[in-house]
Amino acid sequence: MRQFRALVGREWADMLRNRLVFYVVIFVPVLMVALPIIMLFVSGRVPINPQDLQEMERTLSSPIFAGMNTVEAMQAVMASNMMVLFLMMPLMVPVTIAAYSIVGEKVTHSLEPLLATPITTTRLLLAKGLAAAVPGIGMTWLCYGVFLIAARFLSASERVFAVFVDPMWLVAMFILAPLLTVAAVMVGIIVSSRVSDPRAAEQLGSLIILPLMVLFIGMVAGFIQFNSGTFVFAAIGAALGDVVLTYLGVKLFQRETILTRWK
Amino acid sequence: MIRTEGLCKVFLGNGKAGKEVRAVDGLNLEVQQGEVFGFLGPNGAGKTTTVRMLTCLIGPSAGRAWVNDLEVGKADLAIQAQVGILTESPGLYDRLSARYNLEFFAAMYGVKDVKGQVEKYLRLLDLWDRRDSEAGTFSKGMKQKLAIARALLHEPPVVFLDEPTAALDPEAAKTVRDFIETLRGQGRTIFLCTHNLDEAERLCERIGVFRQRLIAVDTPDALRRQLFGRQTVVHLAAPAATGEIESLATSVRALPFVQRVELLAPADAQGGGRLVIALDDPALRNPAIVQALVNQGAQIQFVNEMKHSLEDVYLSLMNNGAESTPGGAQ
Ligand SMILES: Nc1ncnc2c1ncn2[C@@H]1O[C@H](COP(=O)(O)OP(=O)(O)OP(=O)(O)O)[C@@H](O)[C@H]1O
Ligand SMILES: [Mg+2]
Repeated sequence: MRQFRALVGREWADMLRNRLVFYVVIFVPVLMVALPIIMLFVSGRVPINPQDLQEMERTLSSPIFAGMNTVEAMQAVMASNMMVLFLMMPLMVPVTIAAYSIVGEKVTHSLEPLLATPITTTRLLLAKGLAAAVPGIGMTWLCYGVFLIAARFLSASERVFAVFVDPMWLVAMFILAPLLTVAAVMVGIIVSSRVSDPRAAEQLGSLIILPLMVLFIGMVAGFIQFNSGTFVFAAIGAALGDVVLTYLGVKLFQRETILTRWK
Repeated sequence: MIRTEGLCKVFLGNGKAGKEVRAVDGLNLEVQQGEVFGFLGPNGAGKTTTVRMLTCLIGPSAGRAWVNDLEVGKADLAIQAQVGILTESPGLYDRLSARYNLEFFAAMYGVKDVKGQVEKYLRLLDLWDRRDSEAGTFSKGMKQKLAIARALLHEPPVVFLDEPTAALDPEAAKTVRDFIETLRGQGRTIFLCTHNLDEAERLCERIGVFRQRLIAVDTPDALRRQLFGRQTVVHLAAPAATGEIESLATSVRALPFVQRVELLAPADAQGGGRLVIALDDPALRNPAIVQALVNQGAQIQFVNEMKHSLEDVYLSLMNNGAESTPGGAQ
């Protein structure tokens, strides 16, 4: 337990001093929470083009928007489209941290003395995973919280605000996001055990999470209807992905390989 | 205490190339408790690979090994708790302070009095004043000292030091060497990898000369004797007549207990020449030799024992053992 705390603590202490990682962990989430808030603000004030409204008709037919006037509907749709961005955080933040936490140690050769301490590989992997996952989930929830506080003030009505705390979003934030985080951590670990440059690892990791991003962009663009069902479905997919990725990650994270193949 | 039986490590080639590297081949070794053992070998001999196997970082391909009676591969965590390792590169967390680096490792090793141990070693190694500086700002020598502190925090009975003074300037190397000297006599078993011969000679009770296989193991003196026997050197003053020194050599050669006599040029301008006499027991035989020489009219300036440098020993062993080339496909 003490080892575990020390490992996670060191990971974070190091992260806070690593400008590149810090940038992804802090700056990107700030950007991602700012966008939907700006949308909320703007869409409540800008006059609506009737053509746009027509295009959105299909979206507006969803029962959660029932009984809204155009301003309300516009706000609800625009902001919740942006909220999908929150689901990128549990992917991006952990991939970056995990990539730096393993490849970074390879590069500075600090992995060898660490592996020489009496700790099992599983525990080490778990601690590194946790150190990467917690900021990912934490930032996601924090952003969601900040957004809800802003929405309280900026929403045109109670009805609009209700859209943001719809069970669909609760499923997305509290079930899907943690599952995505696990997947992202594992992707980071798998990539790191094969690559010897942290930036390459980060980029490769991002490449692997690209399909997930495409999915979200599809949602934002309105090709994919989102509702509770979509997110539950996505959560099941993510859970299955987690199982596969965790299996691969644990298999690939072998001390001998990562120790001797770092040149 | 360290013991190995037929320890081997074969690295499989990367992918298609498929070239195997036999880094360690059938190592049999026994290092006693409290002994400072020098593991001497050229680059690529397999020293680091051996240390990694003995500290349970990589698994042996064949053979067995025990550290403090715990078997490698069966009690890895217990072994790791009892050994300290100075890795080839210091591998510090550069962005974290010296103190944080040590406190982290103290926690990893389950040290009870973290603060106390960290302070003790920071002070011992003269790093206390820089305790809150980031390790990345340290000089090579300071980094090395910090890495040594890290290896000792949990007071391990067995310590592996992989080339502790490589890449250090002579002054930093001396500081580190002096510190290692203080570690002797604390009852710790020290396994010191090096290719610095003076260092091995100064610090180690026994030396293993190693290149893929163990070529020889013994005390530095015994290795010398084994290779060169014991030799007495007689320094003679400049002779009155030419050929006088040759005739002196011949008469010494005639003595029954003398094995070999060589003639060397004088050590300095005042000398006439030197006789290098190989024999079994110089303490017993030297008086008779001196007597014989004086009877022949020799002018003796000095009599002393020939000291071969460890370098001679090492080079001679390496050349004899040259048939085993490390890294070669086998
Ligand atoms: N991971 C690896 N994969 C393949 N070959 C390796 C690996 N690690 C070491 N070797 C090979 O094993 C041999 C021994 O290497 P090792 O690092 O143990 O030598 P060393 O005695 O520590 O040398 P040095 O004095 O340079 O540190 C070398 O030929 C090296 O190329
Ligand atoms: Mg080495």
